[in-house]
Formats: sequence, C-alpha cells, structure tokens
Amino acid sequence: MADPKITLEQVLHVAKLARLTLSDDEARQMQEQLDAILGYMEGLDELDVSDVPPTFHSIPMDAPMRPDVPERCSDRSEILEQAPESEAGGFAVPLVLEVE
Amino acid sequence: MTAYEPVIGLEVHAQMRSRTKLFCGCPTDYGAPPNEHTCPVCLALPGALPVPNAKAIELAVQAGLALECDVASHSVFARKNYFYPDLPKGYQISQFELPLNGKGHLDIEVDGETKRIGITRIHVEEDAAKNIHGAGSSAVTVVDFNRGGTPLVEIVSDPDLRSAEEAEAYLRKLRDLLMFIGVNDGNLEEGSFRCDANVSIRPVGQEEFGTRAELKNINSFRFVKKAIEHEIARQEGVLQNGGTVVQETRTWSEGQGKTISMRSKEEAHDYRYFPDPDLPPVAVTEERIEELRASLPELPAAKRLRWQKDLGLTEYDAGVLSGHPEVAKYFEEATRLFVEQSGKKGQDAGKKVGNFVQAEVLRHVTTNGLEALFPVAPSAIAELLACVEDGTINGKIAKKVFASMVETGTTPKAIIDAQGLAQVTDTGAIEEEVRRILEASPSQVAQYKEGKTNVIGYFVGQVMKATKGAANPKAVNEILRRLLDEQ
Repeated sequence: MADPKITLEQVLHVAKLARLTLSDDEARQMQEQLDAILGYMEGLDELDVSDVPPTFHSIPMDAPMRPDVPERCSDRSEILEQAPESEAGGFAVPLVLEVE
Repeated sequence: MTAYEPVIGLEVHAQMRSRTKLFCGCPTDYGAPPNEHTCPVCLALPGALPVPNAKAIELAVQAGLALECDVASHSVFARKNYFYPDLPKGYQISQFELPLNGKGHLDIEVDGETKRIGITRIHVEEDAAKNIHGAGSSAVTVVDFNRGGTPLVEIVSDPDLRSAEEAEAYLRKLRDLLMFIGVNDGNLEEGSFRCDANVSIRPVGQEEFGTRAELKNINSFRFVKKAIEHEIARQEGVLQNGGTVVQETRTWSEGQGKTISMRSKEEAHDYRYFPDPDLPPVAVTEERIEELRASLPELPAAKRLRWQKDLGLTEYDAGVLSGHPEVAKYFEEATRLFVEQSGKKGQDAGKKVGNFVQAEVLRHVTTNGLEALFPVAPSAIAELLACVEDGTINGKIAKKVFASMVETGTTPKAIIDAQGLAQVTDTGAIEEEVRRILEASPSQVAQYKEGKTNVIGYFVGQVMKATKGAANPKAVNEILRRLLDEQ
C-alpha cells in the first residue's frame, strides 16, 4: 500500500489496546478498510472550518441534569447471579496484583 | 557532583460530598456491605444511560471558584478508555479537552514565605470500583462497585512545587480549603482525598524538565512527604551513577520504606479519549456561577487574616484554630458569647478565648472527616472565661474548673459554687490571712526590711496555699506590700 493513512503497526497497537486478537489476514484487512475510511475523511480538509467551533455532541443540546436524590439500588443477590463468578458479596475476577 | 532541583506536580482526587453518585441515584455513603449501592448505570449493564448529578457539578464549580479558576460555561464529558476490573464499562467518564474549571491557583506558606502554586485544571470524573484482595479465595480479586461512579474532582497542579515540604503544605492547604467549602470531607483514611505525585529532577539552572515518575495513590500526608523525598533521592542516585530515569508509575511501600515500580500500569497510558456520545455538554450559566460564588463560606485564608486583624491572634494561633471548619466555628462562637457576657472588646476577647481553646480545649477534641467532637459547648467556655474576667476565679482555677466541666458536664458556675472555688476578693479576709503569715515568718519579714524585696514571692505563695489558690493575686500583692511597709 503506497503511503497508507494508517500503518499495520498502528492497527495492531489499537487492536491490542482493545483486547482484539487479529490474524495476519484480519490485520491487513482492517488496515485496508481503516485506510479507506481515513482517506474519505480527508475530503473534509477542503473545507475552511477555522470559524466553526468543534462539535462535541451530535445533538445541539445541554445535558439534562438529575437532582441529588437517592434512588433504590438493585438487589445484590440478583446482580451477583448474573456474574460468571462471585465471592464474598463481590464480583470475583482473576487475581489482580498491582505491584510486581 | 551535579546539584539537582526537584520538580513536582500533584494530582489530587477528592470525592465530592453529594448524596448520590455522579451519573445515577445510588447513595455514596461509605461502609455499606459490598455491592449494595449499585444499579444498572454504575454496573454498566447494556442500555443504561448516565444522567449528571446537578449537585456534583455545582460542588465542582465551587471547588473551582475557591481556587480562583476560570469556570467554563460549557464543559464536556469524555471517555477515558482502558481495561481494568474496577471499571465495568471499559472506560471511565472523565473530562479531557473541555474541563469544567480552567486555570487557577493556591497560595501556600513554607518557612514563612508565601508561594503561589498554579492550578492547571479541575475536572469532574467518576471514581472506579474497589478491588479487594484477600476477601475471597486466594486466586481471585473481589470487586466492590459501591464506590464506582462516586463523583470526584481531579485537581491538577502546575509543576510549581520544588520540595517534599512544599508538596505537603500544598496538600494540607488544599484539603483544608475543600473541607471549609464543604466539597470534600478530608478523610484520607477512607480514601476520599487521594494524591498522585509527578516527580522529576533536573540539574540546577536547567530550564527543561527531567523524565518524571508518577507516584500513585499515597494516602497520608506523612507518606507523601516520605515518598517524594525517597523518589528524589532515588532519581539522583540513578543519574549520578550514569543511568537514566525511565518514565513509569511507582507506588510507595511503607513496609519497605521506598517507592517501587508498578509495571502492571505501564501499557495503560494510551487512553484514546473522545467525547462521550451519551452525554451532551454540561452548561453552567454565568448567573448560577455568581450565585455559587456568593454562597461560598469565608475561606480559611480570609478567616486567618481577619482573626489576626480583629481578634488579636498571632499568625500561628490563627492557623491552628482554622485547621478544621468545626474548630473555627467553635472558636468564633465562644468568642462572640464571651464578648456578650464580659463586655470585652474584640482584640482582647479573641486572644483570651483563642489561648484557652488552644491550650485546654483542643487536646480533648476528636475529629473524623468533617465531624468534630468537643468536650464542652462554646457557651460554657464563654461563661468560664467571663468568670475569670469579672474576678470570680483566676486563670489557674479556670483550668481546674474546665477539667471538672469535661468530667462532669456541668456548668462552670455550678462547679465554682459546689467546690467553693470563687476567689477571695474580700480584702478583710485576705488581710487577716496576710497578718497571720507575717507573724509566723519573722525572719522573712526581716529579710524584706533589709531590702530583699523579692522575698515577697514567698509570702504570696504562703497566702495562696492557705487560701487553696482562691485569693485574688492582685489583692494579695497590694495588701502584702502595704502591711510590710507598715511593719
């Protein structure tokens, strides 16, 4: 691919961050597709947007707010039943050691 | 040997005192059984949508105002993406490009010098859940989502701090401030005020910063100072041995007395922030910002200045008495009532109450976060000191009365009456006592006559002993001198 918008290394890096395991073929396929998307986006560079404020949300509205009033929580036993593993009132996950 | 200068920036995560979480109605109370305070939003069940807590946003605005920040009329929540078991969504809702509060500052005092520390930004974010090791079987970590979603402000300082002492002074000042405005309960043990420190060193005179290490989650002021001191020494050692400091996350191990590398966190620094599509921008009107500014209580720094000016306190005393919002309130209330009861004016009254509260009351006070437990009411202190002022008792007896007040919970006047502690100001009675003592001490009287006037201290002591300390010292002195000169 001549002068790709995204390198294979970048694809693999993003895949790793997203916890995706890609085969070599899949990685190449992703690179092609992402390259096409990024190329398409380049079309926007033709527009002068120096006076346009950045869009942070697709709907022009302010966030509705909630009053600070406690509501009923979920039933713990029901919630923990959905977990693959639970112990001691909590969700059990493989041991996380913070310091090596 | 090259001399190095440390460069330190601090990131403080302070839990805001709202009743409910940042994006759902689950309560934020500390200490509930694991996972009792959870719902589909804070557990990230499919389809659940976050709705910002208006109170949390307002508390964060107040934190910004107290630190002189520019408050943004529109701020944006962003997703900070990483995988960790304490984060059910796979991202933390935080703020990135448009935080709620921009540049501000905090003035600190170190070695009598005032130094202005820049605040880079203060943004709003949700707290992560708590990973508990050792609660279940040895092969698992148990995750408790009660804390997950609790509103935090992250206060990021500029890299303006140059020593561990400055870092500690900044943190104490910041905590006091957040407690005074009711944004945070200042409870380091319960983790509601946490600190990360970015530490680097550079040769003195060099403009450019060195490579920094990030010290994570240090949960006491003492550890902050120790951790930063050790980290500075460690980096100096590395450079002096010809090595290079690597950018990494480290943590303080109190057991080992040093910082240690946390390799597990290294890969996580690529967060791919983007605006959260579930949350439109948060708007705060100019009008609301001004209302919130007006509702801020008097800040500790302003209090200290006013007390020094109007109430005659020294800078040190003002610092001690403004160290906790409840202590400050107590001191002000006791002073107000003392002025009312004794007719004393501000400067003198403030000094008297301030001295007594510091010397006697404070060692009986216990604090837990924003709460403080006092041994007696401020009105009782005012009454006691008014009794000293009108001559009913002297200062020494006041301490004795105070001890009984703490023990029995009765009023000063009742104790003075019951124990017969009122000063003898009846000059007739004192004179009788003085005459008796002079008669019994002919050799000391002779010494006085020979010009050894400091023997008067002996006579005063005898009179006080005979009256069990209840004689008015001023009256005793006058009568003694008069009778001795008559001899």
